[in-house]
Formats: sequence, C-alpha cells, structure tokens
Amino acid sequence: MAKVNVKVCLGTTCFVMGSSNLQELIDLVPKKYGDKVDVAGSPCLGLCSIDWEFSKAPYVKVNDTVIKEATVEKVLEEIDKQLK
Amino acid sequence: MSVNTPNKQTSHLKREILVRLIKAYLGDNYAEDVRLIPYRMRPQGSDIQFRCCIHKERAILRDRVIAGLGFDIEEAQDWELLSDLAVKALDRKTPEEHPLTLLQTACNECVPARIHVTDLCQGCVARPCESACRFGAIKVVNGKSHIDQTKCKSCGLCAQVCPFQAITRIIVPCEHACPVGAIAKDEDGLTRIDHEKCISCGKCVKACPFGAVHKKSQLIDILKNIKAKKQVIAMVAPAIMGQLPCTPQQLREAIIDLGFADVVEVAVGADVTSETESKEFKERVIENGDPFMTTSCCAAYNELVEKHIPELKRYRSTAKTPAYYTAEIVKKENPNAVTVFFSPCVAKRREALQNPNIDYVLSFEELGAWFIATGTQVAEYKGEEYTKKASAEGRNYAVTGGVAGAVNALLDDKDKAKPYYVDGLDKASIRDLKKFAKNGKCDLGNLIEVMACPGGCLGGQNTINAYRPAAKQLAEYVKNSPDIKEIIK
Repeated sequence: MAKVNVKVCLGTTCFVMGSSNLQELIDLVPKKYGDKVDVAGSPCLGLCSIDWEFSKAPYVKVNDTVIKEATVEKVLEEIDKQLK
Repeated sequence: MSVNTPNKQTSHLKREILVRLIKAYLGDNYAEDVRLIPYRMRPQGSDIQFRCCIHKERAILRDRVIAGLGFDIEEAQDWELLSDLAVKALDRKTPEEHPLTLLQTACNECVPARIHVTDLCQGCVARPCESACRFGAIKVVNGKSHIDQTKCKSCGLCAQVCPFQAITRIIVPCEHACPVGAIAKDEDGLTRIDHEKCISCGKCVKACPFGAVHKKSQLIDILKNIKAKKQVIAMVAPAIMGQLPCTPQQLREAIIDLGFADVVEVAVGADVTSETESKEFKERVIENGDPFMTTSCCAAYNELVEKHIPELKRYRSTAKTPAYYTAEIVKKENPNAVTVFFSPCVAKRREALQNPNIDYVLSFEELGAWFIATGTQVAEYKGEEYTKKASAEGRNYAVTGGVAGAVNALLDDKDKAKPYYVDGLDKASIRDLKKFAKNGKCDLGNLIEVMACPGGCLGGQNTINAYRPAAKQLAEYVKNSPDIKEIIK
C-alpha cells in the first residue's frame, strides 16, 4: 500500500494562524501510524496567497487533500480516511 | 499539554482581524475597508458560527475591530461608525492608559459564579451537605437540596461531601483565572475590570473561551509613524527568538523590511539588569544579611508588588527591567527615534506607558499579523547580524530560571544565590509571596525569581509558537551566544 504523505505548512501565514500548534503532529503521527504515514513540516505551500485565503490558514496537505483551518483532530481524521 | 495553550479558535479570530486592519491601513481605502471588516468576515448568507445570528456575529466582530484600533470597547458608542473610529485612531497622540478592554456583548453569556445543585441530587437520607454547611445555606426542599444564595459563601464544602457529586461550582473563567480579584461580574451581569487592582498579567485574556478580553492595540499608531518616515526602532524581547519559523538573523531582516530603522535585542538591556542585580544581591544578601531578594524584570510582578504587596518592595531588586535599559540605550543614541517594544505579554504595555523612553508596544501576535498582511515569508530572508551584542544569559531571560541563572553566572562561587522560582503568578503563589514578605524570610531560597507566566515569557499570552518548540528554538540561539562574562567585563 502506498504511504500517506502529510505536509504541515510552516510558512509564515500558516505558522501565525496556528500551524505552530500543529508541530506536535510531527512527533505524534509516526508514533501512531509507524511507517504507514510520512509527516513533515513544509515551507509555504502557497495556499494562503490565493486572494484572501489567509483566513483559512493553517493548511495541511494529506496526500492531495487540502485541509483548511487545520487542527490536529482534522488531520488525524483525514489520515484515517486515506488509510482505509 | 504544553504550558502555553492559548485558545486556538479565539486567537485565530483575533489575528484575522489584525491582519485585515493592517491590510486596510496599507491599502488605498483605509476607513471604508475598516468599516467593512465585519461584513467581509461574515458576508451575507454565511454560516452562523458562534452566536445567535449574523447580526450579533458582526456586532461582536465590530467590537473586536475597535480594540484593534486601540480604543476602549466599553466606551465606544454603538452609533459610531468603524470608519469614523478608524480616522479617530489616526489622530490619537498617545496610546490609552489601560491595556485591557472588555467585549461585554460577548461576555454577557456566562452564568455568575456560584455553588449549584444539579439534577443529580437524590435528596438522600444522610444529607451530608446540610450538616457540612457552616452557614446554614443549604436545606432540602421538596426532596432536593436547595442553596440560599444570600447565605452561601461559596466555600464548596457541600460539593466535597456529596456522595453523588451532585453539587458543582460554576465558575466564570476570567474571574477564576484572575489572581488578584480585579475582574468580576457586577449586579447587572456585566463583567468589569477594576483597574485599581488589575496587574495586567493577562490571565483573563487567556482564560476567556469567548475571547472577550482584548488588549488595545497600538498597531495603527506604529504604522502611522512608519508611514511618516520617522526613525522607528524595534526593541525585541528575548522571547521573540522562539516565535517564528526562521532564524533570529532572518527575523531581524524581515522586521527591517516592514519599515523599522533598526532592531535591537532587549537581551542587551537584560545584561545590564543581570550586572546590576548580581552586584545588589552580593551587597544585600551576602554582605548585609538580607534574608532574600526578588527579581524585578517581570512587569506584572512589579505591578503586583506596587498594588497588592507593598511590603515586598524592600526585598525586590532595584535593578530596572531589560526593556528599561534597552530603551535608555536606544534613546540616548537616537534621541529622535520612536521606540517600539516587541512584547510577549500584556503587562509590558503598562510598563511602557510609565516609561517615556518606550513609545509603543507591539505584541508578537500583532507582528505575526503584520507579516501576513504584507505577504512576508520570514524564512526566505538571507539574514543579518544584530549590531549590539547580547549574552547567552541575557537571551535566556525568556524562560523560567533564566534570570536567576544570569545573576548566578556573575557571582563568585562563594556568593552563589540559591534560587527559588515562582513559575507563574496565581492565588497560591501570591499567598506565598505575601508570607515571605510578612515573615521576612524564605526557606526555599535567597533569590526569588518571579515570572507571571508559567514557563517564563515564552508562556506569555501574546506568543505565537507553542511552548516546547519555542523553547527548543530559543535554546539553539542561546547555545551559540557569547558568555555573559565576555559582554560584561
């Protein structure tokens, strides 16, 4: 099975709007899913610069799915969905 | 859970408003764009996220914008247009006196604090609640316990003894969090801050789940000075070095790009504080036999001493804060400069208002919003060195243990202080401090380091980064910094 790839945007906008609090995912995900999921912080994914979309930051990408206003819970839920 | 857990939803909302305000200021249609903020955030037909209807959502957003413009929400009139207030903010000469303001339309909804008997009460035979109450306030009426609120002293004994855990204490989060009883609901159900008692520690800001306690922003004042091409100098608190996803050198360049003439680390002033305080410690405690000395760098603690524990004054170090010395150095070199202190907390706003060398205060969260509004990517800068050097110990002031560590680093082995850390001001630690002052002794140590926020300044209410990663980032910077003995010779 292909690995699930999680990218936590650590660009300035996402960081200020809350991805600073998502850094715990980088420790938590490998503990929970082992090598089934790859997780990493990423430089700006460019999603916030589209018009006024900074207000939906922080963004996280789980494979190709973009999660807006991401929280740890939302990201874990999406990972579970993709692993099914 | 980390030490620093600001409410994510409310800070997201507050930051969004700040970004929109800055964008409005930097754009071509400032006043009108400010007026439209609530409508743009809740456009016609949008989901009602938190309140009863879209009108209330917008009304509350409007109030938040008022705080963002730097005004008192309580004093603004309902009929005033945000666009008019936006213009009024431009005319303001000095920031308002008290840093905090309350959004009363939002806080109305809390049930007043009291002891409450829930439906779980079985009206049992033993009735331990009745016998536990020392004020005769609780009686069984119609098979259920009933509390006479005029007699109840909220001691909570009945709740402790109830075998069904049927009695609960209803708390108002801000009241509960305030260590000095400065915020409370009055008879008409509106929460008020008693500025005579308030020490600006900001615990209420963090505690309120409705985000109803706001700081009055000075963003517009700062933006205005930059636009007027004044020489605006940033003085950044040590805690800033763990806040953004970049190096301290990149941060410096990014701040200069916003229009600041220079960026000076407040750690420079911290080195002066450490030097003064270590000498004083040696003189007062080691040589003159004072029982203990407390630090003096935390603004909320200083206000606590002034307003609530004056008897502690004689034990507090007379060293000024790092912000004080830094501002003094900066103003001496640049008498015409406008100085802005970049702060992790609310309390420093009060300190700045009392110090003519500090013109404005910008919180870390406001800086973050500014970067968003200008589309700045801090990690893309090359980075440049700070011109004034600061020590590892000075840069480490941002964490609990940092101040005492710096003082000890300058003392000879035989004179070393035994530090005791007050890691966060709350009702219990304030009781301890009062006791130390009253008894004139502290068995736990002879240098009491007081930090109002748990974990130190990195745990301040206006920080961006979570505590642990921030502490890691800062530690990296401290590790690569010169020893304090190389700076102070």
